[in-house]
Amino acid sequence: MKIRPRLVTHQLRIGILAVQGDYEAHARMVERAGAEPVYVRRPADLAGLAGIILPGGESTTHLKILTEEGLFGAVQKFAAAGGGIFGTCAGAILLAREVRNPAQTSLGLLNISILRNAYGRQLASEIHMGLTKLRSEPLEMVFIRAPIIESVGEGVDVLAEDEGHPVLVRQGRILASTFHPELTADPAVHIFFLSLLSAGRAS
Amino acid sequence: MNNDLWRVKVGLAEMLKGGVIMDVTTAEQAKIAEEAGACAVMALERVPSDIRKEGGVARMASPRVIREIMDTVSVPVMAKVRIGHFVEAQVLEALEVDYIDESEVLTPADEEHHVWKHGFKVPFVCGARNLGEALRRIAEGAAMIRTKGEAGSGNIVEAVRHMRTIIGEMKRLTTLGEEELVRAAKELGAPLELVSWVAKNGKLPVPNFSAGGVATPADAALVMQLGAEAVFVGSGIFKSSDPALRARAVVKATTHFKDPKIVLEASAELGEAMKGLDIRQLEEKDLLQTRGW
Repeated sequence: MKIRPRLVTHQLRIGILAVQGDYEAHARMVERAGAEPVYVRRPADLAGLAGIILPGGESTTHLKILTEEGLFGAVQKFAAAGGGIFGTCAGAILLAREVRNPAQTSLGLLNISILRNAYGRQLASEIHMGLTKLRSEPLEMVFIRAPIIESVGEGVDVLAEDEGHPVLVRQGRILASTFHPELTADPAVHIFFLSLLSAGRAS
Repeated sequence: MNNDLWRVKVGLAEMLKGGVIMDVTTAEQAKIAEEAGACAVMALERVPSDIRKEGGVARMASPRVIREIMDTVSVPVMAKVRIGHFVEAQVLEALEVDYIDESEVLTPADEEHHVWKHGFKVPFVCGARNLGEALRRIAEGAAMIRTKGEAGSGNIVEAVRHMRTIIGEMKRLTTLGEEELVRAAKELGAPLELVSWVAKNGKLPVPNFSAGGVATPADAALVMQLGAEAVFVGSGIFKSSDPALRARAVVKATTHFKDPKIVLEASAELGEAMKGLDIRQLEEKDLLQTRGW
């Protein structure tokens, strides 16, 4: 793997789990939001990152590779040390405290219970416009074989709902969406994630 | 064309990038594939190498078996239909599979027309040997393209040829002026609108995957380095001596396709790969890639 030259920069460096899924779409969005994307495939790639994005894809595949590469524990340590994490769809499943349909191991970093493939199969995939607490204008939400957040526990802020279920939630520096902001032209959710990382950063 | 529908069709293909989609014929095989890290499975009646050996008409898999597979795994389930067989496609849509492969591996039902895929809500993937073929399929509504390669051969040479051809033709388009694109569209036999899009962006408007002959971890890493965005493995897994081990190894090599040390790790201690065929020894009538246009 190529070693990137460490440029002197004020940009936040954001790791994107790049073992499978739409990690390139996230990298483009991170750049648009004004940060530097870095692909993460091994624990050593986490050094010097302000935050990590767990992209969309297949959560069973991601879980398998995270475990085999030793990334599972490394990501938990990263969060324990105050690093921020943003999970979309499969990434939200990985972050959850509890996963059902079927039950599956998860990082347990976000106090939610989540139901996989809850809307049905691909035929149920849809795009909605919805309101969020991020701003007054609505946000485009791309749902693809999306999970449903069944319940949120203590400490979790619901930032958006769709059809009666939370679809964008936050607990401290952990952010999760069941939709795919990276598949739109709107960087609002990525900009919000970066703001969580900048706030309270030692200056 | 319903723009939202098109975007969620392509969106699911985006989710499969960087992954391995494995051919399976039973629910047990699907479980092995999922446990090995497959990002999706492809349900079919017989794997391509058996279709080649046994002959006869190869059709859509039995809906009962496909349903068993859907009930067994949580990853997306794809299934194949014969080229032009839009009723097999209607049946698979009613069954609610996640993706349909209109595939040259099955015996074509129509030698002149492919399925009009914009007419379906379920997304389609189609094979292609060159850019013109890829763009014709996209014009019909395919939301994902894969190389045809030569399925069931265990020989990567045709998948390499097709990937290099498609990428080479796209590079060439990026060097042409507007008036030259009109002629290029005529030569490619593809709509000018799509040809112009490719010339401007240097890539296909849908994800571009590789298929047809992947048998080893190194084969998977090879097509990924050539520009494939994900890999389909057909006979290569379940015709090898230890399918679970080989499936895991192909996933690992696909994830880390740029890291030779990890591809080495994935290649070590594997059992025997499927035997494979020399394409030059095959007769024209035995080639699957020439089905469809």
